[in-house]
Amino acid sequence: MSEQRQLCTFFLDDRFFSIEVEKVQEVIRYQTITPVPLAPTVVCGLINLRGQIVTAIDLRRLLQVGERRDERLPINIVIQTRHSIFSLLVDRIGDVLEVDDECFEHPPDTLDGIARELIRGAYKLQGRLLLVLNVEKLFSPDILNRVAPTGVSRA
Amino acid sequence: MDDILKEFLTESMEGLDLLDTKFVMLEQNPEDRDTLASIFRTIHTIKGTCGFLGFGHLEKLTHAGENLLSLLRDGKLQFSREIASALLNMLDAVRTMLGEVERTGGDGEEGYADLIETLHRLKDGGSAGPTPAPPAPAEPALPEPAAQAPELAPIPAADDFFLAAPTSATDSASPPADDIFLAPPPSKPNNLLPPLPPLTAASKGKTDSAATQPASSATTLPDNLIFFGDPTPPAAPAAAPSPEPAPAVAVKPPPTPEAAPAPSERPAPTTPASVGAPPTIAESSIRVDVPLLDKLMNLVGELVLARNQILEYSVLQENSPLLAASQRLNLITSELQEGIMRTRMQPINNIWAKFPRVVRDLSVSCGKQVRVDMEGKETELDKSLIEAMKDPLTHLIRNAIDHGVELPAIRQASGKPAEGCLSMRAYHEGGQVHIEIGDDGAGINPAKLRNKALEKGLISQERAAAMSDQDIRRLIFLPGFSTAEKITNISGRGVGMDVVKTNIEKIGGVIDLESELGRGTTFKIRIPLTLAIVPALIVTSGKQRFAIPQVNLLELIRVNEEQRVTAIEYVHSNPVYRLRGKLLPIVHLNRELALTTASTSGVINIVVLQAGQHQFGLVVDQINDTQEIVVKPLDKVLQDIPVFAGATIMGDGRVALILDVLGIAQQARILSDSHDPNLSAHSREGREREAERQTLLVVRSPGNGRLAIPLAPVSRLEEIELKYVESAGDVDVVQYRGQILPLIRLKDILSERRSFDRSPHSEDSNSTSNLLQVIVFGDGARRIGLVVDEILDIIQGVFEIKGRSTRSGVSSTLVIQDRVTELFDVQGFLRQAAPLLALAEEA
Repeated sequence: MSEQRQLCTFFLDDRFFSIEVEKVQEVIRYQTITPVPLAPTVVCGLINLRGQIVTAIDLRRLLQVGERRDERLPINIVIQTRHSIFSLLVDRIGDVLEVDDECFEHPPDTLDGIARELIRGAYKLQGRLLLVLNVEKLFSPDILNRVAPTGVSRA
Repeated sequence: MDDILKEFLTESMEGLDLLDTKFVMLEQNPEDRDTLASIFRTIHTIKGTCGFLGFGHLEKLTHAGENLLSLLRDGKLQFSREIASALLNMLDAVRTMLGEVERTGGDGEEGYADLIETLHRLKDGGSAGPTPAPPAPAEPALPEPAAQAPELAPIPAADDFFLAAPTSATDSASPPADDIFLAPPPSKPNNLLPPLPPLTAASKGKTDSAATQPASSATTLPDNLIFFGDPTPPAAPAAAPSPEPAPAVAVKPPPTPEAAPAPSERPAPTTPASVGAPPTIAESSIRVDVPLLDKLMNLVGELVLARNQILEYSVLQENSPLLAASQRLNLITSELQEGIMRTRMQPINNIWAKFPRVVRDLSVSCGKQVRVDMEGKETELDKSLIEAMKDPLTHLIRNAIDHGVELPAIRQASGKPAEGCLSMRAYHEGGQVHIEIGDDGAGINPAKLRNKALEKGLISQERAAAMSDQDIRRLIFLPGFSTAEKITNISGRGVGMDVVKTNIEKIGGVIDLESELGRGTTFKIRIPLTLAIVPALIVTSGKQRFAIPQVNLLELIRVNEEQRVTAIEYVHSNPVYRLRGKLLPIVHLNRELALTTASTSGVINIVVLQAGQHQFGLVVDQINDTQEIVVKPLDKVLQDIPVFAGATIMGDGRVALILDVLGIAQQARILSDSHDPNLSAHSREGREREAERQTLLVVRSPGNGRLAIPLAPVSRLEEIELKYVESAGDVDVVQYRGQILPLIRLKDILSERRSFDRSPHSEDSNSTSNLLQVIVFGDGARRIGLVVDEILDIIQGVFEIKGRSTRSGVSSTLVIQDRVTELFDVQGFLRQAAPLLALAEEA
């Protein structure tokens, strides 16, 4: 008996990613971002979410896939982690898909670096692979600080 | 759970907390009758209520304690540490049982028979007799019972309780003789019944008893009234349900009338002897749910933001009624915000009050003597922050006592008083709350720490070498780190300090430490007043808006175009500005934040800020206006950035960052290692002085001059008889500690010619003895002895180099004790002597 789960999917270019739908609080269009000087590169800045200040992280920078090519503004996926709330900037939002656990596979050993920690695995769908991101890792300070360290010295 | 039960639990717990402190006070001051009496009363109340509510175990235990206490109170028994411990154990047991009650509604299975036994034994040991002389707390012959008659209906149950609690309400095993209720001393034997209602009425008195029965109860309720929450004005139970003057039982929002009196044992605030808090405060306070306060805080925060927006837009409209109304809104919002903030602020003493007990217990179990010095316990913090600080502070205290303070014997051996001191300080500064926990113990040993860290593989060799002592000390915050020799069940498992750090950071605070080996360690915690709404100056720099808390703001300076070139001067490439004669260090915000500088011409705006004890000027592009902003904490990943203290939402909905003035100063190197520049200046000087402070060995040098030899590299001073000097090749040697020690004469080193001639004495030696004064350098097989004519003195101090080296062998010239003294070049000497050392080794 295989479990079904729901995933919120989104795109970076044509790469297909997803996150467990339970972790997603909401998806909203681009909000004005206030940049934070001296912050890690992956941190785009802060947005005002109905009075709450949320840190926005650029998934592109996190996975190091280069800057956005077209002029379209990124979408905010507001995600709840165990301790706090973040917004993940992605190119386009996809549907909520139901997938079968049977189709899940762990990432290949050839995958290394940050990607290995951030990608939990992939679901084999018809005609494409759906990568699942590890939310807790995604926003851990360790990871966020690791990518392209800034000039701020840390202990 | 029942409201009554809830009341009972809350009040009992409050009472117990106070008792902790009282017991510690009592231990230090066993003659303090008042404290004893008040302790007695509290226990008595709890006992009574327990009986009434049917908690047999609790009742039996508190009854035993109460008996003991009454003997103490009447002077029939001497207070001792044993008794203190037993009573404290009883308190703990009561707490446990109350916890049980909270969870299950019953007081548990544990009867604490042993403890009861102990209490009985202590009570009998040395007491004058088995019959305690119990002043029935209900003794108050309160007049006006008649007036209360109508409300008496529910009271009979309370009556029973008061009159015969031990025997009737429960299956208490206490003998009637012990029932203090029934055997009051001569004065008021049987007036218990009538007075009762007023007792409860008065006891409920928090809200209105004072009005109805002041004088009378005052005179007849001496110190027999149970008084919960002695010194602090506890929030009285919701007084809502008792509008009538005769509060009586109906007071507590009690569903069942008879249940009311039990928990409502608030003592008449009017009893002078027992009351610590003035009645007016007590009767005008109210209990409110914390979540409700939270909600109000949030709403007010939102209101402030909305007000900011309205203000911003209304100014743009040329609509004066609108403007007037929004101004009014402004004023009201400010006051509302201030008021709400104050509801949640509590003095840090709320958690500190428990610490004397913790310290006492800990000291006893560690075999140490520690006293607590508290400063600033009225410092106020938001309630949620106080809760969050409880565990970290407790852990720090445990650490200090367990690992910091040494055993009395060791302390005395090193010249410290046997009693260690744990100091706790709290104060507001710079918009933050500072808490310092310090001990005067052994301090943290960086060398030991370094080794431990290397051992555990927490740092690499290179890193270890590169880290400063202070960095090494900060390693204790790493998870899994513990240098404790043995792990006690108190601390030492290495899971403490990192948890402390995490907890503090969770509420947006920072922790740091200062330590001096042998002198002690101090942990410094800074907590921002988040949830705070602070007035701030809004500036623009690098095309972004920033907020600077006004509390740090001193003044604003505008430098005109014409003056801009000359205004900022440079002290060795550090920009400064001359402000009324003083030099103000200048920091460019754009530079610190790596922002693109917008303007290169035009006026210079300098914001003069105060960071701790330092002042500096922050150059920004534009100064906008002042505003009240809501401080919202940054996410953890951004908290590390020292220059930001939080973020806020501006009137137009955009986010703006709040600058951390202290952080900017630090980053710009205005401050040194420590935050307190005075401290740092002194300690830096101190360190420098320490560094310069040397111990020198002064010897007579050839030609009757003086030579100073740094004592640090010296391993021993020896007197060797001439006859033992032998020769090996052209070197004088002597057999020394199983090795061969080559000898070199001082005069040989100092003269131009460097030959090792074997003449036993120098020609100008005044010494006629056969003893050679030898200064031994090095250790093990690599030793060398320097022969000098005479050792004159050993001096400690700071020595200033007065002259340069005059000859080889000498590194500089000093003046010591008013004589010109050459400073021996030890390094040079050892270098030259290296071949000899090798010789010694081979031999």
